[in-house]
Amino acid sequence: MSVTDLEPYTTEDGREIGGVVMEMKNITLRFGGVVAIKDISFDIRQGEIRAIIGPNGAGKSSMLNVISGFYTPSEGQVWYQGQPRPAMKPFEIARQGVARTFQNIALFEGMSTLDNIMTGRLTHMKSSMLSQGLWWGKAQQEEAKHREVVEKVIDFLEIQNIRKTPVGRLPYGLKKRVELARALAAEPQILLLDEPMAGMNVEEKEDMSRFILDVNDEFGTTIALIEHDMGVVMDLSDRVVVMDYGKKIGDGTPDEVRNNQDVIDAYLGVAN
Amino acid sequence: MSMSTAHLGKVAKPGKSVLEQAKFAELNSVPALLARNAREFKNAPAYREKEYGIWQSWTWEDTAEEIEALALGLLNLGVNEGDHIAVIGRNRPYLYWSMVAAQMVGAVPVPLYQDANAEEMAYVLGHCGARFVIAGDQEQVDKVIEVQEDLHQFEHMIYLDPRGMRKYDHTRLHEYEHVQVQGRAAFDELEKELKRRVEAANWDTTCVMLYTSGTTGKPKGVVLSNRNIVVTAQNSSDFDHLKRDEEILAYLPMAWVGDFIFSMGQAMWAGFCVNCPESPETMMTDLREIGPSYYFAPPRIFETQLTQVMIRMEDAGNFKRKMFHYFMEHAKKVGPKMLDGESVGLMDKLKYAVGEVTTYGPLKSALGFSKVRVGYTAGEAIGPEIFEFYRSLGINLKQLYGQTEAGVFITQQPDGQVRNDTVGVPSPGVEVKIGDNGEVFYRSPGTFVEYYKNPESTADTKDAEGWVATGDAGFFEEDTGHLRIIDRAKDVGKMADGRLFAPKYVENKLKFFPDILEAVVFGDGRDTCTAFINIDLTAVGNWAERNNIAYASYQELAGHPEVYGSIASHIAEVNKSVAQDPMLSGCQIHRFLILHKELDADDGEMTRTRKVRRKIVAEKFDDLITALYDGSSEISTVTEVTYEDGRKGSISATLELRDVEVQADQKMAAE
Repeated sequence: MSVTDLEPYTTEDGREIGGVVMEMKNITLRFGGVVAIKDISFDIRQGEIRAIIGPNGAGKSSMLNVISGFYTPSEGQVWYQGQPRPAMKPFEIARQGVARTFQNIALFEGMSTLDNIMTGRLTHMKSSMLSQGLWWGKAQQEEAKHREVVEKVIDFLEIQNIRKTPVGRLPYGLKKRVELARALAAEPQILLLDEPMAGMNVEEKEDMSRFILDVNDEFGTTIALIEHDMGVVMDLSDRVVVMDYGKKIGDGTPDEVRNNQDVIDAYLGVAN
Repeated sequence: MSMSTAHLGKVAKPGKSVLEQAKFAELNSVPALLARNAREFKNAPAYREKEYGIWQSWTWEDTAEEIEALALGLLNLGVNEGDHIAVIGRNRPYLYWSMVAAQMVGAVPVPLYQDANAEEMAYVLGHCGARFVIAGDQEQVDKVIEVQEDLHQFEHMIYLDPRGMRKYDHTRLHEYEHVQVQGRAAFDELEKELKRRVEAANWDTTCVMLYTSGTTGKPKGVVLSNRNIVVTAQNSSDFDHLKRDEEILAYLPMAWVGDFIFSMGQAMWAGFCVNCPESPETMMTDLREIGPSYYFAPPRIFETQLTQVMIRMEDAGNFKRKMFHYFMEHAKKVGPKMLDGESVGLMDKLKYAVGEVTTYGPLKSALGFSKVRVGYTAGEAIGPEIFEFYRSLGINLKQLYGQTEAGVFITQQPDGQVRNDTVGVPSPGVEVKIGDNGEVFYRSPGTFVEYYKNPESTADTKDAEGWVATGDAGFFEEDTGHLRIIDRAKDVGKMADGRLFAPKYVENKLKFFPDILEAVVFGDGRDTCTAFINIDLTAVGNWAERNNIAYASYQELAGHPEVYGSIASHIAEVNKSVAQDPMLSGCQIHRFLILHKELDADDGEMTRTRKVRRKIVAEKFDDLITALYDGSSEISTVTEVTYEDGRKGSISATLELRDVEVQADQKMAAE
């Protein structure tokens, strides 16, 4: 890894990258006898776009699930904001400012786009369940406040026209965008994207790339993403972690990774 | 997160504003009208825009303050009198204000089509020599940056939505709000100069410059004076009794003269509120929420809405569908009569009232037309069925005939004298005459000053006495005094045997079928006529879905044998109707093909206002035309296409050519 210098720096396009915000230290994850992740360490810096790539079954999604707290690592620790993170429930981690989208869209199909995005505000809601249920007292004011944040996200992602459309009726590409909107509504410090471009056509990919860059640029959100489309990964990210068979085989800037022999072998296969 | 382009809160005014101080001898400019509205209408809403899901509104007082702050900001940036300021973006209050602010500092606003590509934009910006550009968002800013090398006079750009541009080089780039803040801060030093410039406007100074879409050649800059705009706004507001309490939705391109007259001229004159949609995609929802009382749309929009209604009715339950058809049948019979004030029987009236409750009312509400008092369509001929549909619902939809050079109005239909096949009587203050060759000429207070930097074209179009050639052929009906337009004068040609060739006349008849989106007819100087057809993907796609016909692309659907069959039957029907008129019977279509791509403005085949550029289409698809006349039954072709982002690609296709049944006319029968 070449970016060993942990001083904040400014990228070519003028974005400011800060110090380490999250660090995986010797993470190993086992399911019974299967080792999904084997002794992996890497860090994520404030404000950067960090990609995790690798062939199918490399353990990328498992890694993302460790970061989001869905899986607790069998060995090793996740350090967040300078401290080791204890085992927590995913919603507790969400409260700490980590939001995510899913590889297989996980939205409430029967609910409108607006309501789906509102659920992204749940971690910020303070009024009691009773008050929210009756929509009375504090819950009313609170909802207006949250709606404002949600509306700004809707404006940002340009989905005003589907605000009231049930999500089940939307095409795939738009569902992906609604999922991103819900994650953004949580105003996360770190945004985890699990294959944000999967199954999209070129135009939808271009749109999604632009939104990812804009989110990073506009709000300074740190982004960790898994993606298969190499072109997209290399264009978007500041640094890339490459995994294969649960192990880390490369880590560095897109150029460094591209020229890494292990990575080339993993992707193209090795002549025997 | 903080992302807001919302206007700043009101700032304490340093004494009297310039608009309050300025002395206007007459209401002879838009800023003078603004000053009057701020003084007299004060807290009445002047502009609304839906943003963040809520209709944000500005009173006339707010509006005057916002515009003045921007005008001061423009002075601060060094705008000179006579400079051209280009305005590019979707309909937003801020951009309308930009145009008025430009007028206040004695500059000329030049609104541009927001979907123009960088190359088209470069031509207009270069031609008018714009020193300043006010752009809506990053997309527009990027286009200007792309071509700025070639724009020698271009100096500064102001943008509205800062998104994505924080890291841009800001030496020549300014945020709208900052320009206003700096303008307010410099009030004391700039006050006098601004007052002088605002007062310097008179009837003959330029109000706006609008580029014509140009079905042929490069766009021309039409210079319109304050007299053109203000007098036209006054006359046309009187004609339709437009009042302060009208509501309109501003959604048509700002570069188009119609929008300038409706959303600027008439709004300022009558003092009504201009509502801007949240985004182009939400226009229909916003229309419903606003419920405009005064509405304008080109035929294409009415067609789309009708198509959508019909598609949804096909999908509706049996009972609803039957009820809809039953009452629509009745509405067709008596609706238009009732609208024209003719008497109808009591039973018919009662039945119509029941229909109003069960069908017409809910339908109008769903379309956003519940409150429309005056509706207009223009630009192209509207299909009789479409026109009748809306009128039968009780919507006062009328037609007008106009052009940019006239400040829109040449003729329009008075209430109660509305017909599908005429365009009405001369508008107030407009004289109309028909030339020897059938061409329509007019002279009016709205007649443009000149084409910018193009005296030859000006002289070709406008004679010494102020008569302007419209380029359209038409005649006045003797009994009613209404004008009828046949075709573009230059498109009207002769067939090989000397009979009249009027392509648009036939194309319009074809386009009245919901599954035909566009048609281009050829035949000038030939023995027979042939046609290119563009199918309407929405209508035909829906038909395919209902009939379980699988297709993967426009191209595949367009080439489907059943689609060909149904288009052929439409054409045969049109041929029957064309054959009725002995003068035009030569225009029957003998052969046709369905194009493998939609005609598109990005490919230069249409203007930005979506009118077909006949010549370019003919040149581009030369091979297809040849095949239409050489009797072959299919042809392979490769066509270059331009994507929205400007990249080029190509599509190849094999097209079927098909013969259509034609009617024997008198001439042929005699042989």
